[in-house]
Amino acid sequence: MTTIAFTTAGHDLTAALDPRFGRAANFLIYDAVQKSIRIIENQQGRSAAQGAGIQAAETLVRAGVDTLVTGHCGPKAFKVLDVAGVKVFNCSAATVDQALNELLADRLTAAERSDVEGHW
Amino acid sequence: MEASGKRSYRIAVASGKGGTGKTTVALNLAAMFGEPVQLADCDVEEPNINLFLRCDQLVPPEVAMLVPQVDPRHCNGCGACGELCQFRGIVAIGSRALVFPELCHGCGGCALVCPSGAITERPHRIGTVSTGQSGIIRLVEGRLEVGVSLVPPVIRAVREQLLDDLPAILDAPPGTSCPVVATLRECDYLLLVTDPTPFGLHDLKLAVALARELNLACGVVVNRAGEDLVGLHGYCRSENIPILLSLPDDRQIAEVLSRGELVARVFPEYGLMFAELAAKLKQQLAAAGGTP
Repeated sequence: MTTIAFTTAGHDLTAALDPRFGRAANFLIYDAVQKSIRIIENQQGRSAAQGAGIQAAETLVRAGVDTLVTGHCGPKAFKVLDVAGVKVFNCSAATVDQALNELLADRLTAAERSDVEGHW
Repeated sequence: MEASGKRSYRIAVASGKGGTGKTTVALNLAAMFGEPVQLADCDVEEPNINLFLRCDQLVPPEVAMLVPQVDPRHCNGCGACGELCQFRGIVAIGSRALVFPELCHGCGGCALVCPSGAITERPHRIGTVSTGQSGIIRLVEGRLEVGVSLVPPVIRAVREQLLDDLPAILDAPPGTSCPVVATLRECDYLLLVTDPTPFGLHDLKLAVALARELNLACGVVVNRAGEDLVGLHGYCRSENIPILLSLPDDRQIAEVLSRGELVARVFPEYGLMFAELAAKLKQQLAAAGGTP
């Protein structure tokens, strides 16, 4: 758990956690070793006519992410992330830093499967 | 009208706006056609013609589309398949390729670009096409499988089941997008059903633009006709599109429909109107050059 992605519309740790995965505006990537953050825009996923979750999952896998914290993750995206070995944590925290604290305090459980149907 | 070419003529019934009465017009026109005719239910997401005809349908043949399957022993994880696919139907992750049949459009490109021969294609069921007979009407009904979103291949399969030696009326889905274009392909005439509302006229204009794009002759049926407050007649005149039938806004039509009956069979005056529509269509087709 070194490269952690959070879904958000903002650009820093105080921003709101976006409950959506595939159509989230940005991914905030937290490097747990360097304690640094960077932003990856989810432009392709947001504008995809279909397969937004799959597209977003591919983006994260290419970015070397090993952990995802988001509100909900649909079945196709989950399948891609699962095959790539990315752990998915569903979280209802309001902001990214709250979600990060919950994750680091071990209060979140890795999902074993998708928690919603597609197009929720 | 005698068919002059090798194939008899085909008339599509479409509208742009939904709920204008396409199926009502297509059904009653077929019933009053005066000769054996085929009626194709191309509204495959919600086929409803057989609610009125109640044919005993034949065992429906399956409509399948080819989707990829990946042999992981031969996949070298190069990612060429995922780069090619614009629909995320196949995705390369690490050394594996994942297939999502519900997103696949069946183009077969991934199998072509795979350098290691790991991808073969298998049929994936997306719908059915069944046929039945009711009096002079031969029904061909397409039905999309629940959970499938890819409509045009099922409509193409409906068209393939139409016989060449009988005229055909094709009941299109609403709108002007891919499923309607799939229905209109190889048709000789487009009958547009509209109602005299702003929404009806707006979508009629879209449907006429589609007809022009496809180089299809067209005519209009005005349903629930009353006072023309939106300038429908003026528009049709200016576009040189004939209004072939005006159906009044008559509660009895709705009552007959709700019982699953045909208004042309229940009320002789409506039977006459649809028989006249059939005659006018045959004249229009002759004027437009008959069969292509």
